[in-house]
Amino acid sequence: MNIEELVKIIDGKVMTPGVSLDREIKGGCGADLMSDVLASIQPDAVLLTGLCNPQVVRTAMMADVSAIVIVRGKTPPPATIKLAIDENIPIIQTPYGMFELCGRLFNHGLPSLEKTIPDGLCECE
Amino acid sequence: MPQNPPQQARIITDKVAEGITRVEELAYELKIEEVMTREIKALTPEMQMIDVLDLFRQERISGAPVVVDGQLIGVVSIEDLIRLMRHGNLEDEVRESMTTKVITVRPTDSVVDALKIFVNVNVGRLPVLDVDGKLVGIITKGDITRGLLGALQRDYQAEELIRYRASHLFEDIVSDRTTLVLRYKIKPHDFNNGGTASSHIKRALLRLGASPQIARRCGIASYESEMNLIIHATHGGTIRVDIEPHQISMEAYDDGPGIKDIHCAMQPGYSTAPEEIREQGFGAGMGLTNIQRYVDEMKLESSVERGTNLRMKIYLTDTDVFGEPNKT
Repeated sequence: MNIEELVKIIDGKVMTPGVSLDREIKGGCGADLMSDVLASIQPDAVLLTGLCNPQVVRTAMMADVSAIVIVRGKTPPPATIKLAIDENIPIIQTPYGMFELCGRLFNHGLPSLEKTIPDGLCECE
Repeated sequence: MPQNPPQQARIITDKVAEGITRVEELAYELKIEEVMTREIKALTPEMQMIDVLDLFRQERISGAPVVVDGQLIGVVSIEDLIRLMRHGNLEDEVRESMTTKVITVRPTDSVVDALKIFVNVNVGRLPVLDVDGKLVGIITKGDITRGLLGALQRDYQAEELIRYRASHLFEDIVSDRTTLVLRYKIKPHDFNNGGTASSHIKRALLRLGASPQIARRCGIASYESEMNLIIHATHGGTIRVDIEPHQISMEAYDDGPGIKDIHCAMQPGYSTAPEEIREQGFGAGMGLTNIQRYVDEMKLESSVERGTNLRMKIYLTDTDVFGEPNKT
C-alpha cells in the first residue's frame, strides 16, 4: 500500500508539507508506548499512535517507519511537525480512533508489522 | 523592440506553500544562464524562408532568433513556416515573415520567471538578452527540464559523495587498530531534544556504510539509553560511540543518582519514572529490556556513589564490516 492510498482509506490529512509521499507501507503497528514500538516494530510500517510529542518522530526515525498516523483528530504541536519535516517522515491526521483505524487498514489487506517477542529472542542472532 | 511581460503579482498563501517541492525550490534557485543554450543557431534577415526550413530540419529545432550585429530583431518559429506554406511563399525573406514582438528574459532571472512566461504565453523559446541587449542564449522548456534534472542529480550526488568519502575512512587510514569515537552530551530533563544524539549516531553509521539493520539496532539502543539519561540522570550524561571495522561499542554514562537495585531495573515493566514521563510514552520499564534485544552484549554497572554506566556492543559480521573493499 502506498501513502496516498492510506490517506484515502483513513480520511486522512497530511500535516507535513514538502515531505515525500512515495514510500511503500508494508504493514502497520499501533501503540502509544514508544518503547513498545521500538521493541516490536519492523521496518517500513505505518505507526498509528495517539501520542503527539516529538518523540514519536524520533522513534519513527530510529525504527525506519514509513509514515505516522495521529489518531482521534489530534493536532500535533509545531515542534513535532517541524521535526517530521526535517526527518522527511510524513505525519497524517485522521478523525478515527485507534480501534476503527486498525480495523479499516486490516480490512484493506494491510498486515501487522508488530513482531511478537518471546523471551530471549532477539535480532542479534 | 523586445519587451518583458508585466509581472503578475501572485500571493503565496499557506495553502499554496504547502505544495512547494524541491523542484519548485530549484526553479527559484537556478538562474536562466545556468540552463540556457549558448550555441545559438541564428538567422539573418536576408535569408530565404526555404533555407530556414532546411536549417530547422537539419538541426532538429523548432525556432531560431534573427540577429543583426549581435542584436535581436525577431524570431522565426515553425508556426511562421507553416503559415507561410499555406498562404505565402517560401522564397520570402526572413525579415518579412519573422515575429518582431518578442518576449525576452535576462540571464540572471530565475528559471521560474521563464516558466511563468511559458505557462501564460504560447511560445516555444525565449531569447536571453544581457544588460546591453545583446543576445547571449535561448531557453526552451526542454532546457529547463534538463537543467532541473541536472540540479536534482547534483543534490543527490552531494549526499552520495559524503557517504562515499566516509565509507572509505577505514580503508584509507592504516593503523593496527582504527577507532572513530563520537561523543554526545545529554542534558538532564531535556525531553524535547530527546533522540537528537541518536539520530546523529544513526546517520553517521549509515554514512560510514553500515547496513540499515546495523544502523537501526544501534539507533534504537542508543535512543533508549539517551532517554534514560534524560529521564533519570541528575546532571545528564554522555553517550560515547566507538566505531571500529568489526564492532560498534556504545557507552551511556552519568554521575548519578545511580540505580538502587540493578536486578529490579533489568526486569521488564519495572520503572521508577514519574507519571509525567509515562504520559510522554516512555518510562514503562522497557528500555533496558529493549536495549538487550538489539545489542550483542550489554553490561550495566551502577552505584549510588558513582552513577551509572551502560556498555553496549554490536559485532559486525563479515558482510557488515566497515571498509571492506568489495562491500556493496
